[in-house]
Amino acid sequence: MAGELTMMTAAGLAAAMAAGEVSALEVTDAHLARIGDADDRVRAFLHVATEQARQAARAVDQRRAAGEPLGALAGVPLALKDVFTTTDMPTTCGSAILDGWRPPYDATITRRLRAGGVVILGKTNMDEFAMGSSTENSAFGPSHNPWDLSRVPGGSSGGSAAAVAAFEAPLGIGTDTGGSIRQPAAVCGVVGVKPTYGGSSRYGVVAFASSLDSPGPLARTVLDAALLHEVMSGHDPCDATSVDAPVPPVVAAARQADVSGLRIGVVPELSGEGCQPGVLARFSEAVELLESLGAKVAEVSCPHFSYALPAYYLIAPSECSSNLARFDAMRYGLRVGDDGTASAEEVMSLTRAQGFGAEVKRRIMLGTYALSSGYYDAYYGKAQQVRTLIIRDFEAAFEQVDVLVSPTTPTTAFPLGERVDDPLAMYVADLCTIPSDLAGNAALSVPCGLAPDGLPVGLQIMAPVLADDRIYRVGAAVEAALDSRRGHRLLDQAKGLS
Amino acid sequence: MPIARDDVAHLARLSRLALADEELDHLAAQLDVIISAVARVQEVAAEGIPPTSHAVPLVNVFREDTEVPCLTAAEALAAAPAVEQQRFRVPRILAED
Amino acid sequence: MPTAALMPFADAVTRYEPLIGLETHVELGTVTKMFCGCPARFGGDPNTLVCPVCLGLPGSLPVPNRAAIEYTIRIGLALNCTIADWCRFARKNYFYPDMPKNFQISQYDEPLCTGGWLDIWVDDPAADGGSRPVRVGIERVHLEEDTGKSLHVGGSTGRIHGADYSLVDYNRAGIPLVEIVTKPVPGTGALAPEVARVYVTELRDLLRALAVSDVRMEEGSLRCDVNTSLAPDAVQWGTRTETKNVNSLRSVERAVRFEIQRQAAVLDAGHRVILETRHFHEDTGETTAGRSKEEAQDYRYFPEPDLVPVAPSREWVAQIRAALPELPAARRARLTAEWGLSHREFSMIHNAGGVDLVEATVAAGAAPADARKWWLGELARRANESGAELAALPITPAQVARVAALVAAGTLNDQLARQVIDAVLAGEGSPDDVVAARGLAVVSDEGALLAAVDEAIAANPDVAAKVRGGKTAAAGALVGAVMKATRGQADAARVRQLILDRLAPG
Repeated sequence: MAGELTMMTAAGLAAAMAAGEVSALEVTDAHLARIGDADDRVRAFLHVATEQARQAARAVDQRRAAGEPLGALAGVPLALKDVFTTTDMPTTCGSAILDGWRPPYDATITRRLRAGGVVILGKTNMDEFAMGSSTENSAFGPSHNPWDLSRVPGGSSGGSAAAVAAFEAPLGIGTDTGGSIRQPAAVCGVVGVKPTYGGSSRYGVVAFASSLDSPGPLARTVLDAALLHEVMSGHDPCDATSVDAPVPPVVAAARQADVSGLRIGVVPELSGEGCQPGVLARFSEAVELLESLGAKVAEVSCPHFSYALPAYYLIAPSECSSNLARFDAMRYGLRVGDDGTASAEEVMSLTRAQGFGAEVKRRIMLGTYALSSGYYDAYYGKAQQVRTLIIRDFEAAFEQVDVLVSPTTPTTAFPLGERVDDPLAMYVADLCTIPSDLAGNAALSVPCGLAPDGLPVGLQIMAPVLADDRIYRVGAAVEAALDSRRGHRLLDQAKGLS
Repeated sequence: MPIARDDVAHLARLSRLALADEELDHLAAQLDVIISAVARVQEVAAEGIPPTSHAVPLVNVFREDTEVPCLTAAEALAAAPAVEQQRFRVPRILAED
Repeated sequence: MPTAALMPFADAVTRYEPLIGLETHVELGTVTKMFCGCPARFGGDPNTLVCPVCLGLPGSLPVPNRAAIEYTIRIGLALNCTIADWCRFARKNYFYPDMPKNFQISQYDEPLCTGGWLDIWVDDPAADGGSRPVRVGIERVHLEEDTGKSLHVGGSTGRIHGADYSLVDYNRAGIPLVEIVTKPVPGTGALAPEVARVYVTELRDLLRALAVSDVRMEEGSLRCDVNTSLAPDAVQWGTRTETKNVNSLRSVERAVRFEIQRQAAVLDAGHRVILETRHFHEDTGETTAGRSKEEAQDYRYFPEPDLVPVAPSREWVAQIRAALPELPAARRARLTAEWGLSHREFSMIHNAGGVDLVEATVAAGAAPADARKWWLGELARRANESGAELAALPITPAQVARVAALVAAGTLNDQLARQVIDAVLAGEGSPDDVVAARGLAVVSDEGALLAAVDEAIAANPDVAAKVRGGKTAAAGALVGAVMKATRGQADAARVRQLILDRLAPG
């Protein structure tokens, strides 16, 4: 029974619990057991909150028994990226500088999950402070791709993606700043969504790059992701950048899954040079599939997209150099070197040198450089201008088409250790995802097959700001067509954990 | 324009990062490569293009001037490395404000 | 540490042209902090008025207080500034333990208000009417958040130098702070120290009138940094120093005076004035060198990504403008005209804290001259004696007006009026109560007066003879005798007239 429960979708579990076929506690216990089985190999979780999860599940069962109204995902277990504050679980952001930190407040999303009866199984591994594409920058060791344990699960939300792909949880939440939900989703063969910027509250999300960070859902189906999207999204008065508009009708769109007459644009700047042949092959097939489903496909050039990567690697580090300044050993977190004679400045510097990993240090210094007087205009200032041009490229494109598509990431999951010493090679993983972070529009990655290396490939679908429903509509259509063509779920082919 | 090791040492000081010499050398080399790569943004003709600080154009988001419950001192100080007289105890500060 | 060499002030301002500038920080009197709902209160147990936002905890986000924006616009309008159509907050990045995020949310190249002025009147014996108008230009008014407070433990002075460690309280962190920066003020010459003091005083009064802050320098809700530089001529300005820790109006004046003298001595000795921050010492009236500003801090300002732009609609600004109270400058103009005063005379009332009182007394029916006479005369003396403020004296403007009315009607003379005022201050009741209870009314009964006059004449025959003989000055002694006999309750002028009539030759 437990094995079956972990194979189910969130929608399926919710329906089964609503029908009284199974209790929330049974569902949670099944997933905890799966974690016990698989996580010593996948290492998706930094902290498994066994007692809290079981308590939360029991509470859902009690409320259901008392006839109280429950949220759509009540009792469904979820893996939460360790960048979200939780009062009853540590929040480390994958960093030694916050090892063991217990926040005195819950993130808005944490609160919404709890209010909705979603069961948080624990906190998942991530690249330190969300900087990275493989979880290899975590201070606590990398996570492993369930398709092939010697490979990366992507990053920075690699832990959440791996947990969902390994059937340790039907739902995951991550954050996407340069692609950190979509890229791990693609290389793990699951669905990952970056909502419109401001669509999901950032209050309680430890900031990496404030104008880019976007919390979003991960799941094994488009519908599940849509259900979670609705629960976690919506205006938050605690977040001044939060969109004050109704959540787009993503669940309805996911159920509709009809693309006939939809205009689809292929972005040449994102689908050529640097892409693995196997990735390109699956991508082309996905585009043909969309055509066969009634969509109209055209090529839409977005010329400034080729500058998105360098612009991002100026803007994000600049914001993070400032956001991470607060980690200074004075109020919380690691403190090193306080021997009674050292100055505050020395203790700060020693703590940060020891507490931060190499990638974080690189980006802090890069950001400090880009913002320095004398360099601001040429670097940060210029990057923000390029950002305007990218936004205009999107606006022009969306006048011609309803959605844009590309591969989610240029390659399939690369081996652990392959890119750790080559920052630029690592950054290239974000090539296709970055433009949407810069422009703030909605984007989704849906699995579209396996490359010849037997590893999953993701199709990226991008829609205008606040048109999140469109990405679900297209994503669901592709998913349904591929599943029916294949005859079984993609993840059934994941060999890593068998 | 390559970035000199001294500049990198200065950046480390500005960012409060006490880097060992080998680390500094290693990072300096990497930063040089990265900066050259990101400098590509300068190739873009952007005369008269306004910079974007916020992708989604909102303005005038405020809150009303009404009180909201605070943390207790215990909660505020719970994670502090050192506490004295209900305050955060920090090592001696060098710089005058 | 040896004291700095000083040039005598008069010499310094003769040889060099001083240039002053002031940066004032005002803690707004909003209910809550700038970016969170914690109370913006002074005092309170350490670290009890904090939350994730003002503690800068990981994941926290700021949301601006609408009232703080409104107060800032109010200040800008009162200072004749242009209110921005659109502006942003910016991050000012530097590490310091009293700043939880190690950046301060402030405004950089897009302040909310720019380009205004404040007109002040400075006592100047050389000027027409003894008072000189000075227009202090305002460069900008912007909004930012305050920092926490540190106690430095272990050193001998309680200051940073020599301290072993520090204790930080974040109650104050996040309180809205308005920064008002003047343009440099040239042409003040020997009056520079006073101009600085009067500017801060007038600014403080303006802020109080606007009800945006309780502006208590001693509590830190009004803080002042003074910039001073000297130029050998009007063409090129010299290097400036910034003096901090100026905690009272008097200190503002003393700090400027000291810096002028010190910098003059430096220049005179052929040295350079160093661009630096200096610290003012209350006890000695001196400034000492602090942080060198030669290597100006690079704050790496960039627009605050967690906040969206502030674009005050012109309607909102018009509403705020319409609700402004009468500003001090307008009030001064109105009252000097209504009361027929020179600016210097008005300044005297103003400096004594008596404008409201005089105005209320006039409103209660007194003539302006009388109101002024009583408040700046007898009552000011009494206030000084007891170390109280004028407004704290236990007498109301209406009561003062009543006394003035009684004198005008002849019921009281000046001496009696003073007795009545003393009695009111002592709590004996209203002026009428006192007059009745003590029987202080001037004797107006002619018959009684004449009787007293005749008695005095009879008792002083030689004096009477002199007066009869034409020496009217001698009547004074007889007046005195009558006043004594009537216990002062006579109109001295009337008595004198009666005596002269009685002793008129022929």
